[in-house]
Amino acid sequence: MSILRRPFFWIIAAVIVVFAFAPRVGNNIELRESLLLAAVYITLASNINMILGYAGYVNFGSIVFFGLGGYFSVWLMSAHAWALPAALVAGAIAVSALALVFGLGILRLRGVYFALSTIGVNEAVMAFVANFGPWGGSTGIYLSPELFKPLGGPAQALWVIYYLLVALMGASLYLSYAVKRSKFGLGLLAIGQNEDAATMLGVPAPRYKAIVYSLSAFLPAIAGGLYFFKSAYIQPPDAFDLNLSTETIVVAMLGGQGTVAGPALGAFLYEELRGWLLTSETFSHFQLVVAGVLLLTIVLFAPGGLMGLLYRLWPRLRSFLE
Amino acid sequence: MLGLLASVLDGLLIGAVYGLASMGITLIWGVMDVVNLTHGAMIVAGMFGVYLLAGAAGVPAYATLPIVLVGGFLVGVALYWIAVHRVIGQPPLMSLLATFSVNLVLVGLGTAAWGTDLFNVPVSLPGFSLGRYTFPGTHLMAAALTGVIALALYLFLYRTRLGKAVRAVSGNREAAGLVGIPTSRVLALAFGLGVALASVAGMLIATMFPFTVLSGEAYQLKSFVVTVLGGLGNPTGALLAGLALGLLEGLTTPFIPVSWTLVIEFVLFVLVLISVPGGLPTLLRRRRSA
Repeated sequence: MSILRRPFFWIIAAVIVVFAFAPRVGNNIELRESLLLAAVYITLASNINMILGYAGYVNFGSIVFFGLGGYFSVWLMSAHAWALPAALVAGAIAVSALALVFGLGILRLRGVYFALSTIGVNEAVMAFVANFGPWGGSTGIYLSPELFKPLGGPAQALWVIYYLLVALMGASLYLSYAVKRSKFGLGLLAIGQNEDAATMLGVPAPRYKAIVYSLSAFLPAIAGGLYFFKSAYIQPPDAFDLNLSTETIVVAMLGGQGTVAGPALGAFLYEELRGWLLTSETFSHFQLVVAGVLLLTIVLFAPGGLMGLLYRLWPRLRSFLE
Repeated sequence: MLGLLASVLDGLLIGAVYGLASMGITLIWGVMDVVNLTHGAMIVAGMFGVYLLAGAAGVPAYATLPIVLVGGFLVGVALYWIAVHRVIGQPPLMSLLATFSVNLVLVGLGTAAWGTDLFNVPVSLPGFSLGRYTFPGTHLMAAALTGVIALALYLFLYRTRLGKAVRAVSGNREAAGLVGIPTSRVLALAFGLGVALASVAGMLIATMFPFTVLSGEAYQLKSFVVTVLGGLGNPTGALLAGLALGLLEGLTTPFIPVSWTLVIEFVLFVLVLISVPGGLPTLLRRRRSA
């Protein structure tokens, strides 16, 4: 197992262990909630990074996967009494399949046209769900507290959800790492640099793009299922929130798109910053302003993000932090 | 029957304003290949412009138009130099993110200042009656002003030296630079014009419908639909597509719940993007040449 000899593999493992055990010390619920959100952001950012950072396609509507995943699993649990794991996996498979169908259509577009169409897909899906009777239309679906019973009551269930989200975060990081090191990932990076040249050299661009679009839907869909299971209700504006979608892009850019560690680092820092801003008296209204200024500064002056800066300061970092 | 006619006519009146809003996005896209994601925020800026000027300063609502126009232009030129100039010619990701981040800042500031309450600008204009139906005077006025502004834009782009420079830069930036056109300044001018159009559209919308700080997003999305229908970068197409979208809304509202119109619009948007990225003009041209 050559992968076990790579330092980066163990760095990811260490991060997962820290996430899993830190809130256990002194049963720190506040820390757990903060890390839970960080894990969700890291999951979303790592997955969008595969299409944004590797293949160079801007997906403004990535949140559609998160929302649809949430809707599928919440609906399976409430209307069909499915168990949580089955509902999560079934939801994710359905969303990935749907993403493949959408992807085959909209991935024929490039650049700005693709970016606009992803907004269109998200809005179309949201408008559809808001009118879709079986999913509760604009009122959404509420889950009965009974559903927490199989997990050992509400208090215990929150820990279970937390561990599952941390596992999901780990899976996203390893997936993102595995894709980057694979031939598939190399193909994506080639597409990101020059799609025409990549096609000429034999990269099956349309197939690769559709696969990565669908792949980047799978884990966020599970995350959506868990997230909305935790809140016990789901409504269209929460599920398909374009702001969350774009925040995901912000964190991926902040950390450094195209690297594995970058989006995770960006997501973690952003979530901590956000938590701090929300609790601070002066800044609670200015969360968006801070995010905006941060993003503009990165785009204009440091397009490589934090990882780009770190690499420039310590070039040797490249050998073990990917 | 008369009800349908009234609904269609009112749809067209509102569609004209959608067209005006979209001309701003499409002009900027055509000239510099940048999708201006601050568009929604600029529409809202126009709304609050008329709200503050008419409400607090007592200026008659329609007299604020030139102020909003000039203000929008200046803001647009400033935005160009702050956020857009450095990303011109870079991959689309960069300009999308640059304008998006400015949007975040503006929306954040707006929410901090006004919250998400509903505002409206009371304007009393006599309506026009057709049998049982009355068209609000504000809708008629908005459509008429849209026509005037669209004509002015056309005259500017096709009859003045500066307008010709804008079109030259739009056609080929490097070649325009070689013949001595100061391209960066022309880009700043075009960006200013685009923002001015957006804010005037916002001002006109504010006279018709109530609005919040967050209304911009919905109108921005609508502008995307219109822009794509009209062909990215084509101001005349945008006006036509705006009318077409208004027509569609007018035709469908008597028959299906309003909430479904959004579904239709966005599905149409994605389908047009995939199948005819040039929008309606390409379709018409194809028909003619075939």
